Amino acid sequence: MKHLLSDSIVITKRQLLQLARIPELLIFSTIQPVMFVLLFRFVFGGSIATDQPGGYVQLLMPGIFVQTVAFTLAATASGLAEDMKKGLIDRFRSLPISRGALVIGRTFGDALLNILVLVVMATAGFAVGWRPTSGFMRICLGFLFLFSFGYALSWIGIYVGLVVRDARVVQNVGFLVTFPMTFLSNAFAPTTGMPKALQYVAEWNPVSSMVAACRQLFGVKNEFGATASSWPSQHPLETSLLYMILLMVIFIPLSVRKYANTSN
Amino acid sequence: MKTVSAEHLVKTYDKGEVRALNDLSLDVAEGTVLSVLGPNGAGKTTVVRILATLLQPDSGNAHVAGIDVIKHPDKVREVIGLSGQYAAVDETLTGWDNLVMFGRLYHLGKQQSINRANDLLERFSLTESARRPIKTYSGGMRRRLDLAASLIVQPKVLFLDEPTTGLDPRGRMEMWGVIEELVKGGVTLLLTTQYLEEADQLADEIAVIDRGKVIARGTSDALKKQVGGERLEITIENQDMAKVQEIVARISASPTHVDGRTVSAAVSTGSRALIEALRALDEVHIHPLDIGLKRPSLDDVFLSLTGHVAEETVAEPVKKKRGGKK
Repeated sequence: MKHLLSDSIVITKRQLLQLARIPELLIFSTIQPVMFVLLFRFVFGGSIATDQPGGYVQLLMPGIFVQTVAFTLAATASGLAEDMKKGLIDRFRSLPISRGALVIGRTFGDALLNILVLVVMATAGFAVGWRPTSGFMRICLGFLFLFSFGYALSWIGIYVGLVVRDARVVQNVGFLVTFPMTFLSNAFAPTTGMPKALQYVAEWNPVSSMVAACRQLFGVKNEFGATASSWPSQHPLETSLLYMILLMVIFIPLSVRKYANTSN
Repeated sequence: MKTVSAEHLVKTYDKGEVRALNDLSLDVAEGTVLSVLGPNGAGKTTVVRILATLLQPDSGNAHVAGIDVIKHPDKVREVIGLSGQYAAVDETLTGWDNLVMFGRLYHLGKQQSINRANDLLERFSLTESARRPIKTYSGGMRRRLDLAASLIVQPKVLFLDEPTTGLDPRGRMEMWGVIEELVKGGVTLLLTTQYLEEADQLADEIAVIDRGKVIARGTSDALKKQVGGERLEITIENQDMAKVQEIVARISASPTHVDGRTVSAAVSTGSRALIEALRALDEVHIHPLDIGLKRPSLDDVFLSLTGHVAEETVAEPVKKKRGGKK
């Protein structure tokens, strides 16, 4: 336990070193979200009606931010599965290191990568007309929310990676989870166009709460949200916080235990 | 007290359907080398994984350096080194990166980790490739780096799981050289192998396992004696079979065996028997197609110990098969 933090940091450093050794990895993980910003801004931006001052891009950016950090889940899961496949996990487990270090270190690494991705996306967003209007502190709080949400989701990723074990399968599972989760929400379009049943799902979807919370924190009226006047859509900040805490309370112990018993 | 001891280990997979270890016991005295010899699926990797704290047995006890493997796995991890059959290092990182990282994970200081990495790279002739990613390494280099990673804190006990499986002959020779050096340094070593030749070369004692059980153990010589030792084999084309048989009978005290155009018999004098045979054949102007000393193989050992050839069973963990064993 004494070395939990320092061991975790060594593992995080390893991940950063990997990025330094394969710069392509870093380039592509930042190009993809930028591509999404441009595509949505210019493909849907013209056709989705909104009376938002500043236009669709003000609503879009919080949605894309949340979607991108949600993809952390798949990245974390496949990175871990890759290590398992190569027997690297066995080596780590035969070392006198703290039990949680390997998985905690990986979540730190993915969180750091998220900071970079968020900065790049914010810059891209700014370039295509995104202008948050809420003031410095609230904007920072918005990014803190995004960062924390990505971190909470990476713990689901850890669990998926440990359970599924095969990197290619993990990638598919990751997409199967994150795609519906991010699109079945208020991220890109109003939920009011969906069938009634889906509207409720979208309403209670953590992604919707997060997007609504970010819109609020960035000073945008959340036009795409409130449909059924549900508690989550009325209280997006509180709901998002609750979801994050809930995810971590469930998945951190679950993942650490799964890791300790893995390959048994 | 033995440095490594395992008593009555049982491990089953798939809800008891597959018995990987079936009441297996073994021990290794301090500073000696035990080779666990057996075919794929005999339970070799399972034993190593239990002793290295990666796997819990269903029942039985195991101690490493006097520490209970099941009760105090953390303490065991501080005194062991483990190197598996596929290199468990980070392929995208360089050799140097890997060793420094492992040094840090063994809680060496930063400078100490760097020094140790440099020393080990030097010792395993990897200094030149130290700054290249592992994925550019040859099989032998990877294996050496993997071994280096398990020696960062000079373990009391070293486990090598099939250290040369999949290596070409040159890689294998290099690896043997490295392991012999280690043994001279006084480490207690348990290594698994499928090759009798390897066990013979490296081990003080050999434990032959089959279907999760030790079926024979002893020194290499004792084991070979049990199997019948080396055989002199002469294959001729069209010459006088009786004459060859007579020559072989003169050299060997054991009965000769004829199989087609091949005459063979167990010999105990090694290469001297070969030279004698060549001289005798030359005198009577017989030029054999093939002549040689045949060492008993794992198959021979198995055949004589169990009555069946060494066959692959399915008793190993599923995980292992993914490793792409050659």
